[in-house]
Amino acid sequence: MTQQIERHKYDIVVIGAGGAGLRAAVEAREAGLSVAIVCKSLFGKAHTVMAEGGAAASMGNVNDNDNWMVHFRDTMRGGKFLNHYRMAELHAKEAPDRIWELETWGALFDRTKEGKISQRNFGGHEYPRLAHVGDRTGLELIRTMQQRIVALQQKDGRDFGDPEKNIRVFAEVTITEILKENGKVAGAYGYRRENGEEVLFEAPAVVIATGGVGKTFKITSNSWEGTGDGHALALKAGANLVDMEFLQFHPTGMVWPLSVKGILVTESVRGEGGILTNSLGERFMFKYIPDVFKDKYADNEAEADRWYVDQDNNRRPPELLPRDEVARAINSEVKAGRGTEHGGVFLDVSKRLSAEVIKKRLPSMWHQFYELAGVDITKEAMEVGPTCHYVMGGVEVDPDSAAAVGIDGLFAAGEVAGGMHGSNRLGGNSLTDLLVFGRRAGMGAVAYVKSHGQNPVSESTIDKAAARIAAPFTRVGGENAYSLHQELQEITHNLVGIIRTGAELAEAIEKIAEIRKRSANISVTGDRKFNPGFHLAFDLDNMLLVAESTAKSALLREESRGGHTRDDFPGMNSTWRQVNHISSFDGEKVNIKSQPLPALPKELFDLFDVHELEKYMTPEEISKGGSN
Amino acid sequence: MARTLKLRIWRGSDQDGALQDVTVEANSGEVVLDIIHRVQATQMGDLAVRWNCKAGKCGSCSMEINGKPRLACMTQVSAYAEDEVITITPLRAFPVIKDLVTDVSFNYKKALEVRAYEHPADLAPGEARMEQIDVERSQEFRKCIECFLCQNTCHVIRDHEENKKSFAGPRFFIRLAELDMHPLDTLRNRKQSAQEEHGLGMCNITKCCTEVCPEHIRITDNAIIPMKERVVDVKYDPLRWLGSVIRKREGIL
Repeated sequence: MTQQIERHKYDIVVIGAGGAGLRAAVEAREAGLSVAIVCKSLFGKAHTVMAEGGAAASMGNVNDNDNWMVHFRDTMRGGKFLNHYRMAELHAKEAPDRIWELETWGALFDRTKEGKISQRNFGGHEYPRLAHVGDRTGLELIRTMQQRIVALQQKDGRDFGDPEKNIRVFAEVTITEILKENGKVAGAYGYRRENGEEVLFEAPAVVIATGGVGKTFKITSNSWEGTGDGHALALKAGANLVDMEFLQFHPTGMVWPLSVKGILVTESVRGEGGILTNSLGERFMFKYIPDVFKDKYADNEAEADRWYVDQDNNRRPPELLPRDEVARAINSEVKAGRGTEHGGVFLDVSKRLSAEVIKKRLPSMWHQFYELAGVDITKEAMEVGPTCHYVMGGVEVDPDSAAAVGIDGLFAAGEVAGGMHGSNRLGGNSLTDLLVFGRRAGMGAVAYVKSHGQNPVSESTIDKAAARIAAPFTRVGGENAYSLHQELQEITHNLVGIIRTGAELAEAIEKIAEIRKRSANISVTGDRKFNPGFHLAFDLDNMLLVAESTAKSALLREESRGGHTRDDFPGMNSTWRQVNHISSFDGEKVNIKSQPLPALPKELFDLFDVHELEKYMTPEEISKGGSN
Repeated sequence: MARTLKLRIWRGSDQDGALQDVTVEANSGEVVLDIIHRVQATQMGDLAVRWNCKAGKCGSCSMEINGKPRLACMTQVSAYAEDEVITITPLRAFPVIKDLVTDVSFNYKKALEVRAYEHPADLAPGEARMEQIDVERSQEFRKCIECFLCQNTCHVIRDHEENKKSFAGPRFFIRLAELDMHPLDTLRNRKQSAQEEHGLGMCNITKCCTEVCPEHIRITDNAIIPMKERVVDVKYDPLRWLGSVIRKREGIL
């Protein structure tokens, strides 16, 4: 028996209203199709607003040596060459156009003296490359696209008399299932968080743009929304996830007070000259420069300090190494007993910049520490430590169209998609990833709908989806979703965290399976009306699938690379670089298979110094000199 | 656990509801949103609260704490005296959905009424040149996190439901000011539309909105007053009035 449900028909449904989802929706509407944007929060609140530092694009406004090839090289290095080369290539080539486009929609980036968009330094980027607005760049992106969607609605209002006729935002709606008919995507099903009422979207194409998985972990910079919904929806619909073992622990999260543990401290603090010291006062990063980066980073303080005024004749300070390196270094210092009182290290920008400049360039950091920790960063050091920040793994997609591999009609873009960042993402590459692949997912979905047409949903499919939503209310005295979530976070934190071992991962896999079994018996108190306990029951199911996929992929990868560090297999292994781990779901459990990483084609291979590639690739790969 | 807190939390719907007394433990350094989450996880599994980032960046957890419109994630428990009872209620200017969650759709309707930015037709992507000092005026308003605390506190709508139809509220006055001061926006009548379509004239600059803004945007001084002054300028200065009529007639505006 189906209760009264709300029904909608669209050409395309976009799940997620962060940067990628909104950019996909804009693309689809501009191509003349009708789009529904479905999001768990209010419109404009997506996690993208938390992005602080900037959006990486080789516009060359500050250093005209920059171009897409330099950006491509930096991205591949940052990802330790496990990136899908085609995604890194498209991203590097298209990022500048995507930033300039935002300006035509009203965005106001900070400027250079010549009046161009200003660009700042960031970890792993050879030149100043991040377009920014103080330290609230993500907010600028979201607001600009939110207002672009309003502009499209106003146009529809003028043309059709109804602004929501062809593009409408369904805020505070959770999608619980991607619907399929005849093996192809047919729509999406979910409930309104406000009242628990169920909503059916019939659409032949669905774009997943749901962001990350941070809430699977105990200490994270992610908001409550980062529960891996899109990862799990895609798996359940028959798509694959690629390389879920790679999670980025951002090196600098707040560590004190407890209440704010994990909240992000932007990398811009280091980009603007902040230095890291341990409790002995040592600037410890000089000890942690890996061999592959030795020629690019200063090994002494004098040179590192000179770099801030003369970048052409000095190497970069090691505080600006890629994030995985800095996070591991901080972890090692704390483990060696050289941490701060609250288990972090010191990050200090007050000695290099005046109070006035700090407040201008890092306004929200100043505000955040002053209001939440009682620390004035213009006068004193911050205490920071690693926090789970970003998942490199995600839905396996065709780079050009963002179409999910394994199921027709499904597309994925942004953090939920995998491949672009390899084993480690560079700061600033996320915001442009959203724009480049959000647009491509929109284009991909448009082309698909135009060639395939509608795919109606059957009543039996709807009934099944509805039954799943009703289930938690039919149980009494079962498991509490909040406690299970906390147990899961303890397991991932302790056993699948920043440093891993085979034994611990195996233990984690067992324990996650146990929680999953217990979660089938979750019961919910209260009714359907804005009931967070009810909401968490569904989010938890997604997080459990993500955690299982991550632990299983991590157990298989017997090497350390980027966001995956094995204590029992330290060091990179060139043979492992050729392997992607593909997760699929059989209805009961996640299965992992190995798949060869697509090889660099010759024209991209030739962009590198062969001696650099030798550090990453096997002799056979080097002698081939690219795939064609 | 550093202290035991006494709370009074409003629970109910748009039809009825009441304050409920709750006693809960609080750790040092915690904010009100942490406490609400503890109540949710241990005592009231279905207590409704809207939140996202818990870092003062998304503007979701707006509520009234001891009668003051605030973000729960940026309100330290230590700001209240040991024996003080903390009363937590939903935003008053908007209809309650459940407990601390209100229906803020009014604001999204108003957002749809403000004409979007219009880029110069002849300016290709990448060609824009602007001085930092010129973008900064609008940037101040683009810091807005849309927490709607200013809308909630503005007495033009807080106490007069009937005004909502013709009054956009401080959040959208700064949006209009932002567009008005945007170096490239080609729509030239932002101030007039603020006055004629969005109810700018109803604001009597009591600055309540500025006081509650968590981003410390100087809503009244930097957005509302300058627009009011220039609207008056154009409307009542006979020479400028004549000039605007002539230009209109010539189709320049």
